[in-house]
Amino acid sequence: MSAAGGGNGVAVRARGLVKRYGDLVAVGGIDFEARSGTCLGLLGPNGAGKTTCIEMLEGLKPPDEGEIEILGRTWRSAPREIRQRIGVQLQETDLLDKLTVLETLRLFRTFYSRGRDVGEVLGLVGLEEKRDAWVEKLSGGQKQRLALGCALVSLPEVLFLDEPTTGLDPQARRRVWEIVEDFKRGGGTVLLTSHYMEEAERLADDLVIVDRGKVIAEGSPAAIIASLGAESIVELRLGDEGADALDDEELAALPGVKEVRRETGAITLAVTATQACMGALLPLLERRAVTLEDLHTHRPTLEDVFVALTGKHLRDE
Amino acid sequence: MSSFNELWELTRTRTLLFLREPEILFWVFIFPMVLAAVLGFAFRNTGPSPNRVCVVGGGDAAALAERLSGAENLEVEHAEDLEEAELELRNGNYDALILPGSPPVVRLDPQRPEADAARLRIELGLAAPPADGDRDPVLELDEVTAIGSRYIDFLFPGLLGLNLMGTGMWSIGFGVADLRKRKILKRMLVTPMRRASLLLSFLLARLVWLFLEVALLTTFGVLVLDVPFRGGLFAFAALSVFGAMIFAGLGLLAASRVRTVEGASGMLNLIMMPMWLASGVFFSYERFPEAVQPVLRLLPLTALNDALRDVMLDGAGLLAVAPELGIQLAWGIVAFLVALNIFRWE
Ligand SMILES: Nc1ncnc2c1ncn2[C@@H]1O[C@H](COP(=O)(O)OP(=O)(O)OP(=O)(O)O)[C@@H](O)[C@H]1O
Ligand SMILES: [Mg+2]
Repeated sequence: MSAAGGGNGVAVRARGLVKRYGDLVAVGGIDFEARSGTCLGLLGPNGAGKTTCIEMLEGLKPPDEGEIEILGRTWRSAPREIRQRIGVQLQETDLLDKLTVLETLRLFRTFYSRGRDVGEVLGLVGLEEKRDAWVEKLSGGQKQRLALGCALVSLPEVLFLDEPTTGLDPQARRRVWEIVEDFKRGGGTVLLTSHYMEEAERLADDLVIVDRGKVIAEGSPAAIIASLGAESIVELRLGDEGADALDDEELAALPGVKEVRRETGAITLAVTATQACMGALLPLLERRAVTLEDLHTHRPTLEDVFVALTGKHLRDE
Repeated sequence: MSSFNELWELTRTRTLLFLREPEILFWVFIFPMVLAAVLGFAFRNTGPSPNRVCVVGGGDAAALAERLSGAENLEVEHAEDLEEAELELRNGNYDALILPGSPPVVRLDPQRPEADAARLRIELGLAAPPADGDRDPVLELDEVTAIGSRYIDFLFPGLLGLNLMGTGMWSIGFGVADLRKRKILKRMLVTPMRRASLLLSFLLARLVWLFLEVALLTTFGVLVLDVPFRGGLFAFAALSVFGAMIFAGLGLLAASRVRTVEGASGMLNLIMMPMWLASGVFFSYERFPEAVQPVLRLLPLTALNDALRDVMLDGAGLLAVAPELGIQLAWGIVAFLVALNIFRWE
């Protein structure tokens, strides 16, 4: 399944994708490749252009500029073939409320000339017990898994998932992740959008971080994090007055501090030598008589990279 | 083969969804039956209603009231007080007042529909010779009961037409708008499903309910309400299918662009409202001014209702209703063509 249709082992290729809505440039020239059998994650905050991008790949929106190749085919030359070979979960879709789980899967199965047995799909997404329940009676997580089932019913080679776990509790989220990992283990390619860094770190082999329609970083999660060049992140929570008592230059002059960022009532340091930094930081606070409300250190995450690159957080919450 | 499977499954799904909505079942099956029964009862033919009149005054008045009391369809009362009697006249409790004299004076409001009948009946009552008189009759009466001329007989085919329109337009218009609004349409578009299958499934499913709807309502009308069914079964069935498809097309047109279910409902009402009133469902469109009648006759529901009445009440064949079929066909073709061309898939 893997390299068969992709050519050079690339399952999905996007080059110079542009999409405008009037004056707004939703996607402003994006390139990427998803290698067969891997998961490519598009990570970005709300409104970054992830959905616009993935819907162009799915053939739902024609790009204003750029080229798309899926399994070596283009939408212009082989739309039906592409549709037969991909599976899609849209960011927001309902299914038909008054159909049962089994009826829903069976309906989607008839759209494809080949695919899985619906009973097998029920097993894949763990909904055997709910097979005769109406869709409207399912929990959010179960609905999401049914949507995933509808995407898997055709035995797809490429799976497009647009925020498959948004709004789910951690346990339901992990179940979705397991299903996606199973799919990958079977040789499938996944294109995933998310604004959960944890999800991206766990599922994606390669990441493209987008903001305002542009790629701002790409590579494997580890490589992207390493690009920050920090050993750890130190977060100081000081009262407003405490924060005013320190200025950025003297913080930056501390040993091992690479970068200083301020947010209301808090200061974040990107640090290359954690121990040396802490050794100098605490006496400084002492001298300025600043009370420390809270102090955290953690290994850098994708979120920290994102903040460093854009000054914004991935998630608004 | 797979495209047949897909069409079959889509149609089955649509039909199931319909049967699983108890509200729809109520509006499609129960409501029209209740409406027909209630209206048929309210406007049943009860024969002529009598006029209440009052002879006012003392003296001669009592004798006059006595003389009129034998008159047909006249309820005669006697009152002394003129002022009180006039008040009752204004309130519509009396249709006329009679003041003794020679000749007696009849006071009434000629604008009121009952006034004419009251006047004639009083005149007849006063003119009648004593009961033993045997004048040559001017007219001879031959009383018959004309089945098919009752209000319910007129109403029923109209209600059937109304139902064909309502169910067709709501089911398709609403169904499509709902699929679009909830992005199910979009979800289907990323599968290899053929777009034509989806649209066709709406029409096929419509035929399934159509059969249930028409069979049930007509049986109810004929067996319970005694509505005549004089036409051929084939002509009637063909007409129903034809009408249902036309309105399916109009429903599709109404929903071809709207993004919300509310938008669809507004659009559907906009299309249907004029026809509820002007297509001769509850009363004949011949009550409208002569000048607009040719236009009313071109409305699709008017054409359907006229044809249904001709077939049900007069036993007309399909050939006889060809002009109405032609009007409908034109609407249907235009509706489908426009709808398919402007249809918003996403
Ligand atoms: N149909 C549309 N018309 C106009 N603007 C649109 C349309 N769809 C999206 N946009 C705009 O394009 C930008 C990108 O939207 P998009 O849905 O791709 O973001 P996203 O990254 O998927 O965000 P989220 O994480 O919230 O899903 C946004 O500013 C959005 O307002
Ligand atoms: Mg999105």
